[in-house]
Amino acid sequence: MAKILIPTPLRPYTDKQDAVDASGATVGELLADLTRRHAGLKPHLYNDQGKLRSFVNVYVNDEDIRYLQKEQTPVTAGDTVSIIPSVAGGVDAVADVGRVRLQSNQKTPPELTNDEIKRYSRHLIMPEVGVEGQRKLKASKVLCIGAGGLGSPAAMYLTAAGVGTLGIVDFDVVDFSNLQRQILHGTPDVGRSKLASAKDRLQALNPNVEIVTHEVAISSENALKLFEPYDVIVDGTDNFPTRYLVNDACVLTGKPNAYGSIFRFEGQASVFATKDGPCYRCLYPEPPPPGLVPSCAEGGVLGVLPGIIGVIQATETIKLILGAGEPLIGRFLIFDALRMKFRELKLRKDPDCPVCGTHPTVTALIDYEQFCGVRPAAAEATPLNTATEITSVELKQRLDRGDRLKIVDVREPNEYQINRIPGSELIPLGDVPKRVNELNPDDEIVVHCKSGVRSAKAADFLRSVGFKRVLNLKGGILDWVDKVDPSQPKY
Amino acid sequence: MAVDRLLIIAADVEQSIRAHGQETYPHECCGALVGKGDIVTTVVALPNTTEEGPRRRFLVRPSDYRQAERRAAEMGVELLGFYHSHPDHPARPSQYDLDHAWPTFAYIIVSVMNGAAGDMTVWYLKDDRSIFEEGSLDHGENSHSHSAQTVHGQTGRG
Repeated sequence: MAKILIPTPLRPYTDKQDAVDASGATVGELLADLTRRHAGLKPHLYNDQGKLRSFVNVYVNDEDIRYLQKEQTPVTAGDTVSIIPSVAGGVDAVADVGRVRLQSNQKTPPELTNDEIKRYSRHLIMPEVGVEGQRKLKASKVLCIGAGGLGSPAAMYLTAAGVGTLGIVDFDVVDFSNLQRQILHGTPDVGRSKLASAKDRLQALNPNVEIVTHEVAISSENALKLFEPYDVIVDGTDNFPTRYLVNDACVLTGKPNAYGSIFRFEGQASVFATKDGPCYRCLYPEPPPPGLVPSCAEGGVLGVLPGIIGVIQATETIKLILGAGEPLIGRFLIFDALRMKFRELKLRKDPDCPVCGTHPTVTALIDYEQFCGVRPAAAEATPLNTATEITSVELKQRLDRGDRLKIVDVREPNEYQINRIPGSELIPLGDVPKRVNELNPDDEIVVHCKSGVRSAKAADFLRSVGFKRVLNLKGGILDWVDKVDPSQPKY
Repeated sequence: MAVDRLLIIAADVEQSIRAHGQETYPHECCGALVGKGDIVTTVVALPNTTEEGPRRRFLVRPSDYRQAERRAAEMGVELLGFYHSHPDHPARPSQYDLDHAWPTFAYIIVSVMNGAAGDMTVWYLKDDRSIFEEGSLDHGENSHSHSAQTVHGQTGRG
């Protein structure tokens, strides 16, 4: 039996006594007995893993058990064991405003010219920016990954705001279907490289900004070198492999990631990969199974949405550069345009995160296509499996021959309104199971969607319920329009 | 919690917490709250012994804790809790505060923005350790004021 001295905050759990008796041969046993007798103590002394909390100090007589044998420290009758609090606290690292160290913070920022003072006057008269802040902006270098939906507004506002250097990575060409949201590009730019178009637009907006174009597909081979000169990375990517690549490269190079993503009417934004904040992998350690989350090309996106999210990314980038306000670090913003609501989720850095955790397992960039289960250019690369697939040219030939084929279009009704294969029947993928009895298992069936992913699932399903002859149209209606019926529009 | 827990703090005691926060700015200050029941009559400034950077952390060593508790007992009063400052951050508890909190204690936080002490709030750990619950600080003119008037407006949460 030994006496345990109880500190003030724990006395309500020991019937207000400042000393209680407990039995045991070691400190561990003694404390176990103590928490048996006074169960309310347990959560305050031990964490969920059953370990003594770091701020709980146990002394045997006047010795800290950390310097004895910890919980195995023997206790004999007559010893006095004291539980003594360390009292600790402080502000959250993740809310540590303005202390994200940027590369350009390390040198004296350049002076502003008289023209620049005039141009940025609405910034300069605000104390949160001022001349000092505007000079920080002028010293800063920001890299936009993508000159598309998110990259357009982000790049335009960052350029207008007067960052010193704006880099853009893209290798795409402007397409008519981009113009509904990618406001960097105009109708005369269709067919031009996105970078050439972006550079013209941005340079016209603000000739003081150095626009650096990187006409490459960002990859594990070039990402680290690409990021090296920049302070902040603006992730405007539209696919999972690149998103994970950008995240990991940001963590490895120590650059904050002003993240945004969009789908249909919903957008997300956060700031990842700061020193003490979470990264994208803390939120999503694993990518979704391929095909589960449709891309904007498959699911559509409200044209205005990237405007909102891209501008949030630009705002966060500017705040990081200025060191002003409360950045979106450790906070995940979700915007719903239909309901016009913003929600915010709290994010915490995951100590077990494979890339930014305490013991990272990812210490170099990996193969992100493989990580995300995406086979690059699958449509072109894999040979046609004639037992399960059919090409659009072959389909046309067979229809012309008068073969009896049932064509099932598994897209959504609004897609069916844009283009269709003559004679096809619309059964959206989600309705296939409940409408399966409308189909004859003995018919030879060709399923198709936009590009072949959804229809592959429909074909698998039909085969699983006993359909013998199901062919998936390889490349979907896009291939049909390209090779068979160019008079129809593509989307 | 239907009714906020009330902590009464004399104006001069409150003033000394603010002064301490300004003095140590941009570092965090910390100290013990001593009194009886719900009334803080004295504060004891303690050294911030954190090794993690005093700009955003504070730590009261076990030896200082023990001394504060002993001193309170000698004076015939109780240790009611602790105060600390949040330099350039709002006067609300952080996750770190929550992770390290002790039950029953009152935790006073004073926000010190650009060197000037601002909002002051008081918090109590919920028994299941899940959250901090905000109490009401009665900034009484003297330590015997028992005005039940809560003063949320002054805590910047109004």
